[in-house]
Amino acid sequence: MKLDFGEALNLALREEMRRDPRVYCIGEDIVLGLPFGVTKGLIDEFGSERVLNAPISEAAIVGSAFGAAVTGLVPVVDMHFADFVTCAMDEVANQIAKSRYMFGGQLDCPLTLRMPYGIGKSGGGHHSNSVEAWFVNLPGLKVAIPSTPADARGLLKTAIRDPDPVLVFEHRGLYRMVGDVPEAETLVPLGVADVKRRGRDVTVIATARMVHESLEAARRLAEEGIEVEVIDPRTLVPLDREALAASVRRTHRVVVAEEGPMRGSAGAWLAWVVMEDAFDELDAPIARVAAPNVPIPFSPPLESFVMPAADEVVAAVRQVVK
Amino acid sequence: MSAPGPDALLTMYASMVRVRLFEERVRELFQHGRIPGFLHTSVGQEAVAVGVAAALRPDDYVLSTHRGHGHLIAKGGSLRGLMAELYGKANGVCHGKGGTMHIADASVGYLGANGVLASGCVVAPGVGLSIKRRGSGQVVVTFFGDGAANRGPFHEGINLSALWTLPVVFVCENNRWASSTAHALSTAGGSIAARAVGYGIPGESVDGNDVMAVYETVARAVERARSGKGPSLIEAHTIRWVGHFEGDPQAYRGKEEVAEGRQRDPIARLERWLTEQRLLDAAQAQRVRASVAAEVEDAVAHAETSSLPRGEDALSDLFAYYPWRD
Repeated sequence: MKLDFGEALNLALREEMRRDPRVYCIGEDIVLGLPFGVTKGLIDEFGSERVLNAPISEAAIVGSAFGAAVTGLVPVVDMHFADFVTCAMDEVANQIAKSRYMFGGQLDCPLTLRMPYGIGKSGGGHHSNSVEAWFVNLPGLKVAIPSTPADARGLLKTAIRDPDPVLVFEHRGLYRMVGDVPEAETLVPLGVADVKRRGRDVTVIATARMVHESLEAARRLAEEGIEVEVIDPRTLVPLDREALAASVRRTHRVVVAEEGPMRGSAGAWLAWVVMEDAFDELDAPIARVAAPNVPIPFSPPLESFVMPAADEVVAAVRQVVK
Repeated sequence: MSAPGPDALLTMYASMVRVRLFEERVRELFQHGRIPGFLHTSVGQEAVAVGVAAALRPDDYVLSTHRGHGHLIAKGGSLRGLMAELYGKANGVCHGKGGTMHIADASVGYLGANGVLASGCVVAPGVGLSIKRRGSGQVVVTFFGDGAANRGPFHEGINLSALWTLPVVFVCENNRWASSTAHALSTAGGSIAARAVGYGIPGESVDGNDVMAVYETVARAVERARSGKGPSLIEAHTIRWVGHFEGDPQAYRGKEEVAEGRQRDPIARLERWLTEQRLLDAAQAQRVRASVAAEVEDAVAHAETSSLPRGEDALSDLFAYYPWRD
C-alpha cells in the first residue's frame, strides 16, 4: 500500500498499541496529532488513558516515561521537536541511558523517544537541528533514523518492542513523502542496513533525508556514467558494519552524507568505522557531506546554504572518483 | 490510619539503629580507604528514612538521592548487597557498576539513588502512572533534599502528579544545607511545604527527627495516594551531623548546629519514649544494638571477602541484548 512517512508511523503506533496494552503515547498536543500528524486519530481508538496530552513539561514527560518504563509500561514519547530534548537531557542522558547499566541489569527500560527533527521550512535555530550525534555519543541508547515510510513503520515497531531505550529520528521533511509499505505487519530489525540503490563505482552512506538527496545525486551521476551505490544504515546504534564494509569492498570509494553539522558528527564516526573495517579496500580518501558548523539560520537563502543536498553529494562523489 | 503498635515501634527503632550503625561503619571504612568514590551519609537523619518506610507496603516504590543508603536499608534492602556495592565488588547489588550514588535494588522497590538532584521528582509521576494503569494500589515516594527543591524537575514532577492525580508522595529532607549553601540563601519563600499550595495539594511540614511524627504524616499522604486522591508534599526538617560528603571540612557552619542535632538525636529520642512507655529497657536496647552491629559486621566481612569485578565486566549490562560490534 501507499502511505506517507507520517501515516506509516501512525500505522506502527496503532499496530503496537493494539498488540500490547502496556504501550501508551505521551507528548505535547498529541491528541490532535500536532505538529506533524503522526498521532492523529489515536485518541479515538485508544482513549485518553493511552494517548496522553502532557503539559509543556519536557523533563516530566521524558522523566515520567522512564518511571513508567521501569515499572511495567511501554511509553512512546513524542518529543514534538527533537530540539526540545535539551529540556529533558538529564532524563535522557543520566537516567534513561544509564539505568540498565548502573543498576547492574536489574531494570528493563522499554522506552521509545520519537524525535521529529531536521532542517527545513525556515524552522530556525530552535526547530531545525539534526541532533542524532548527541545520542550516538551516549552509551545505553539505540538510535534509529529511517528514510522511507516502510522503514519508519518497521523500525518504530521494533523500537517499541525493544527492552531498551530507542530513539527514532523522524526527519520532518520526510513526513509527507509517499512510499510503498507492506500490507502485512512488517518489522525492520535494528542493526540491518539497506542498499537503496546498487552501483559499482562509489558507496554513499546516507541517513534519512540525505538518502533521497543521494539517490537524486546518483541519478544525475549515472548520466555521466558514474554508478553510485546508496546504502542506508537505518540504525546508527547498533550499526551494520558488515553491510557497510561489504559495499566498500564492491566500490572502493566512499562518501558519507548526513544533515547534521560536520564537526564531531555521526558521519565522522561512520567514516572512521569504514576506515577501521575496510582501509585496504579504499582507493581514495573518504569524503563527507554535512552542514557547516553553524546553528540553522532562518532566512530561506541562509537555510538553503547550510542544508546539505544532492549538489553537495554530487560534488563529493566527483571528488572521490577523481 | 492507626498509630503504630509496640512491635512496629520496636521495628522502627531497630531500623534506625541499623541505618545509623551501617552509616557510621561505612564512614569509618571510607576513612580507612576500603570504599572508593564520594560518600554522602545520612547520620542524624535516620528518622526520615525509617518513618517513611514504615508507612509503606513492601511492594511500594522509593526513588532516592545521593544520600540514599538509609532509604534503602529502611525499605528492607540487603546490607550485604549494599555494602558489597559500596566496596565496588562484583556481587554488589548493581555488580559494582552503580556505587554509593547510583544504587537500585528492584527486589525491594528501590528504583534508584540519584547523582542528580530532583531527578526522581519527574520519574515519580511515571511510576505513579504505571501504578494507576496496572491498578496495583501501590504508591511511590520520591525523596529529595532542600537544595533539590530549587530545580525545575521538582516543579514539573509535582505539577504533573497533581494534574493527573497520581499516587506519589514527595518527601523533602530539609537538612538545612544544599551542599555548603544555607537553606535561607538558596530558597525563596523559606518553606518548601508551602509550595504545595500552588499545586493544590497538601503540603505538610514535620519534625524530621521525630520518627513517629514522620510516620504519621507520611502515612496520611500514603493513604491519600493509595485511595486515588493524588500526591502530597512533605517537608521533614532534620539535621545532618556529618559533612555534605565524607571529608567535608564544613567551614560553612559552626559546631553548634551539629551539637543541636546530637541533642535532638532521633534514635535517643525514640529510645527515651519507648523506655517511658515500658516498651524497651536498657538491656533490650543493648541487644538490638548488638544484633544490628553483628548484621553490619556480617555485611562488612561479606564485602571484604567478595571478589572485585574483572575490568572487562565494564562492557556488560548496557543492553538486554547486543550482539553488535561498535
